[in-house]
Parts: sequence; structure tokens; C-alpha cells
Amino acid sequence: MILRVENLHAKIGDNEILRGVNLEVSPGEVHAVMGPNGSGKSTLAQVLAGREDYDVTGRVLYEGQDLLAMSPEDRAVAGVFLAFQYPVEIPGVGNLYFLRTALNSVRRLRGLDELDAIDFLSLAKERMSLVEMDESIMSRSVNEGFSGGEKKRNEILQMAVLEPKLAILDETDSGLDIDALRVVARGVNALRSEGRAMLVITHYQRLLDYIVPDVVHVFADGRIVRSGDKDLALELEQRGYAGLAQRPALETSTPVGATP
Amino acid sequence: MTGVSSEVRELASRDYRYGFVTDLVTDVAPKGLNEDIIRLISAKKNEPDWLLEWRLKAYRGWLTMEEPRWQNVHYGHIDYQDIIYYAAPKQKKALDSLDEVDPELRAMFDKLGISLAEQERLSGVAVDAVVDSVSVATTFKAKLAEVGVIFCSFSEAVQSHPDLVKKYLGTVVPRRDNLFAALNSAVFSDGSFCYVPKGVRCPMELSTYFRINAADTGQFERTLIIADEGSYVSYLEGCTAPMRDTNQLHAAVVELVALEGAQIKYSTVQNWYPGDAEGRGGIYNFVTKRGKCAGADSKISWTQVETGSAITWKYPGVILQGDNSVGEFYSVALTANRQQADTGTKMVHIGRNTRSTIVSKGISAGHGQNTYRGLVKVSGSASGARNHTQCDSLLLSSTCGAYTFPYVEVKNPTAQVEHEASTSKIGEDQLFYCRQRGIPGEEAVSMIVNGFCREVFKELPMEFAVEAQKLLSVSLEGSVG
Repeated sequence: MILRVENLHAKIGDNEILRGVNLEVSPGEVHAVMGPNGSGKSTLAQVLAGREDYDVTGRVLYEGQDLLAMSPEDRAVAGVFLAFQYPVEIPGVGNLYFLRTALNSVRRLRGLDELDAIDFLSLAKERMSLVEMDESIMSRSVNEGFSGGEKKRNEILQMAVLEPKLAILDETDSGLDIDALRVVARGVNALRSEGRAMLVITHYQRLLDYIVPDVVHVFADGRIVRSGDKDLALELEQRGYAGLAQRPALETSTPVGATP
Repeated sequence: MTGVSSEVRELASRDYRYGFVTDLVTDVAPKGLNEDIIRLISAKKNEPDWLLEWRLKAYRGWLTMEEPRWQNVHYGHIDYQDIIYYAAPKQKKALDSLDEVDPELRAMFDKLGISLAEQERLSGVAVDAVVDSVSVATTFKAKLAEVGVIFCSFSEAVQSHPDLVKKYLGTVVPRRDNLFAALNSAVFSDGSFCYVPKGVRCPMELSTYFRINAADTGQFERTLIIADEGSYVSYLEGCTAPMRDTNQLHAAVVELVALEGAQIKYSTVQNWYPGDAEGRGGIYNFVTKRGKCAGADSKISWTQVETGSAITWKYPGVILQGDNSVGEFYSVALTANRQQADTGTKMVHIGRNTRSTIVSKGISAGHGQNTYRGLVKVSGSASGARNHTQCDSLLLSSTCGAYTFPYVEVKNPTAQVEHEASTSKIGEDQLFYCRQRGIPGEEAVSMIVNGFCREVFKELPMEFAVEAQKLLSVSLEGSVG
């Protein structure tokens, strides 16, 4: 088990957004979290990555460690990666420089040697080809003036370079046309491996045609209301969230997924 | 802003790196200012009569002047009679080489990271070091002399090149320009002088390090740089001071003259002691810097990184007199803790088709107050004049302030003047994004701020840019409350 989420609650002020999330993810698994807008999917991603704006209760174990007690950077060093729904612009900071700073920071904190400029560049170039990233983008400021597709590809490039053990993809498909979606999905699929788990948060089934999940969770009202295999996503497509959300919470149609 | 605060607050414990005091035997004048003190300074420096007269005129002018009140900074009364106007590290005789410099002084420069001997041997940067108003060592003089570049202390220039000094002194910043310039004109004790002859591209960066060491001392250095026709010079200036719990006054004057086709690039990294977190101590930095593009097609470029001083009052400007001349001002000003800065530039367009560019980046943290104040003046004669101004402010806390006061006076209908301004708060989103990628908070803040300043840093000579970035990171520590 790489991730175990137990009765996770999160609120901002009096607004409770997560209302008892339970989730188990094993290494190598790809879990899709689907749900309507405002159901709390992105909050789950943010809380797991260490955003400090929320009052959080419950327990999250990541490789047996108390994830909630760790700072965002410590989580990153431990291998947790969040591909942002809205990648942030950092004016004046070169994209390649940012990537190298991040990688070397993580390496340093892991007790590894930093990569020199030449080794880094060859690594970056190799990973750039995964997401068909143009070199000209690397010399621009982080995400500044990037198109929607470029931003999302940049997120996947960062993931490819940082090689996380748990990657959380927050609405990576939003704002992408079909060609860009294919490129991004191909990149993600290339990064699937036995040692790497993924939590793919999405609104639409369409992404799951390209990134086929092992487990699908339906998220509604701040918690997982159903879990199943990839067919659940199709059922969801046909019946809509409303039809599914009315079923009792925590019903599972496969043994994997939400724990009671 | 809790994320930023906790991150940056963690760094609060680090101290001002340059806050040491060096135990030098110092030759000091008694406190206070009067004509006798001025005569004493002039006599100490063995000056010609015309210069003494020049000083006395400045002093008499100063007596009638008042401190400016328009700036957006607040400070207590300055008692001009409680300041020592002349303090010099004691030297027995004129020095022939660096080896003769007081070992204590040498050790001090080593501490500052500017071993003069090393500089001379390795770096190719010629350095003039000014401690407590007196120039103590100028490196590389011989090599510069080969191409005819004069680079020496101001006092020395008065002795060896009186004609040049007399011709240009006060031509850009008049004696009575403002109270602080008048004070400087009366009591300046040293500084740097540079003359680059016609058509010569100065073969190395010239550099001056200013250091206030003695207590209760004001520093009043005077710098004069003349670039003759078609010449080029790049000049760097750095400054530090010990930590003291009283305020010290620094009132410098810098004059630049660029003749036809000449270019002067003047870069400053100002790191005077800023005072402590409660606002005790620190340097009052009231400085008048101005360049004159006297000839056609000349260019003067100011780049400043201002991280020190309790108060910064400084408007390096350019008088664009020659046709097609160019003035530039690139500035990063950081105010943390209780620091206050009121800084900007004056671009005065007189010649035809003159162009000016202003890029100002203000960063405020803690209780810092940061004001950009700039004047773009286009006179009737300046047909085709163009200016572009960009002022960006970055706020790192909810207790700091940023202000922008752009003044524009245009008297020629063909002029084009553009002004852009932005104010932003360092984003929690940006910070979280960096941290999520494994970049710890303090490093992330400094990366974001450095990115914000990149347009200015890229104007600095390489080694200075690196120093400026480091300085900015250090100055940001503990600055958000």
C-alpha cells in the first residue's frame, strides 16, 4: 500500500469540503477519481499535496508515514507529485531553470548528488520528447504565456523528470483539444510503472479512454460514493453523476478501492 | 499570507553579514560643521584655493537651504553639528603599492570579499576602495594608464589633473542642487575620479567599494566620471557599513559626463547597514547621482540594486542634452523590516530624438515602505523624444507598502511617453507550486523575487548580477511579518 486515506475531512472556515474520504492505493495502480464540479476532487488533490489553507482531520499514510505532518516540499521529496489543474506562472524564472532547481533540490534533500548542467540537459531533452515539448518553451518563463496545452504538457514533463512514486493528476485533461489530450495521455502512459501509483482526477470519461484506470471512484459531496473497475466510468457516462450519487455511500462493486 | 510569513520568518535570525567594525587608527576632525572644518578638510587634502572657495560657496548655500520635505520617508531630526565630517584611516605617507596598506585594512577588505591584491592579480577589475571618506587603495592604475584611462581617488585627481576636475566638477550636479548635494560639495573628502580619453574602450570594469567604519561619521564621497568622445566605460559601485544603533549619514554626489558618442554604464549594489528589525540604526542614504549626455549619440545607463540603508533617497537621472542620446535606469529596490526607500529617476529630454527607458522593481517586505518617484521631462526642443517607463511593485507582507509617483512634463507635441505600472503580492499559489516541486520555501521566495527582478539583473555585469541575487536572498530573510 502506497497510500491509505482514512476518514479525511477538510474545511475552510465553516465550509466542509471533504467529508470523510477513504481510499487505498497500491503501487503500480492507476485510480481515477471522477465527480461533478464542486464535489471536492481538487481539494483532495491539494490536501494530499500539502496545501495549507485547509483545516484537515483524519489520517493519511503514505508509505507508512504520516503524510499530513509533512511539509509540501518534504512530500515532494518523498515522491508525491501534483500535476496542477491551473499551473502557476512565475515571471522571470526560466522554465528549464525551474525544472533543474526542482530536480536538484529534491535530489539534494534525498541525499543524492545534484545533476550538473550537461547531465541535466540530456535528461530533460529525453523527457521532453515524451510529451513532444518544444525546446523554445524551455527558455521562456515558467508557464508565462503558455497555451493551455503547453501548460499541461509542462506539468507532465515535470512529472517525468521528478519521477514520483505517487502522481496526482488534477483535471489534466481540462482545456485540452483532442490532439493535445493524446500527447498528454501518451506521456502519462509512458510513465506508468510498477513502482508508481497515479490518482487521475477528472470530470469526463474521455481521458480514461486514453489512460485506462485500474480502479474508478465516484466522488460526490466530499467523499467517495462508489468504486469499481474501469466499466464504472462508462456507466457513469451513460447514467450521469446524479444517478450514481443516489446510491448508498461506500458501496463497492470490486474489492479494490474504498475501505469501509 | 501565512505560508509566506512562516517561510520567510524562519530566516529571521540571520544577521547583516558586513556588520563588523575594524579597529583602525583613525584621523578624525572634531564634530560639527563650520567654515573652519571645511578649511581643515581642504588643508588636509592640500587643495588649491579655487577648490576651497568652491567648498565655502557650497557651505554658504547650504546654510540657506532646507531639507526636502516632499519625499515619502519619515525620520528624526538630523543634527548636522553632531556629525564628524572627516575621518580617515591614518597613513604615515603616500603609498606606492598595495603591500603598504595597513594590514588591518587589508583584513577588512578580505572580510568584505574584496581582497585587493587578489582583485588586482586575478579578476581584471580595477578597484578603488574608500573607507570613511578617504580612498585607501586603487588597483590596476598602471595598466589603465597604458590606454590613457585615469582612475584614481578624487583627492589625487585634484592634485594631478586639476584642469579636468575644475572643468567638470559641479557641471552636472550644481553646488546648490539640493541640501544634501550642497552639504557634500562643502565637505566631501574623497571618492573616485575617472577619465576615459577619446575613442578608448576601457579594458576592464572599474569598481569602487565604499565603507563607513568609524562611529558618528558621515560619509560624503564624490565621484566624477568623464567619458570623452566615442569612449566606453563600465563602472561598479558597492557599499557596506558596520552595525551601529545610531543612524549614520551618507550624502554622496556622483556626476557622469558623456561626450559625443560616449557610453557610461554605472552599476550600484548598495548594501549599507539597514538597521535592525525594530528600525534602530542604519544608514541614511541621501544621494544625488546624475549623468549628462552632453554630446550627440551618447548614452548613460544606471543600474542599481538597493537593498541596504534605513532610508534611501536617491534619483539617478540623465540629462539628455545631445541629439539622439539615450538614458536608461534599471532599478531594484528592496525594503524589509523598517526600511524606507524613496527612489527613482529623472530623465530630462533636451536634445532631439532622445530616448529614455525606466524599469523599476520595488520589493517590500516586513514593514518596509517602498516608493518609486520618477520625473520624465520633455522640453520644447526635444522633438521626437521617447520614454518608456515600467514600474512594478511586489509585496511580501500585509504590513508593507508600495507607492508610485510618476511625474510627466511634456512640452513637445512629437514626444511619446509611456508608463506602465503593476503591483502584485507574492502569490501563495506560486509558493505552493514551487514547494510542491520540492523547492523549500526560502529558496522559492528568493527564486520568485529574483525572477521578478530579472529584467534589471540582466543589465548588471555577470559577477555583479550573481552578487546581487545573493544579496537579495540574504536581505529577504526574516523580512515578512
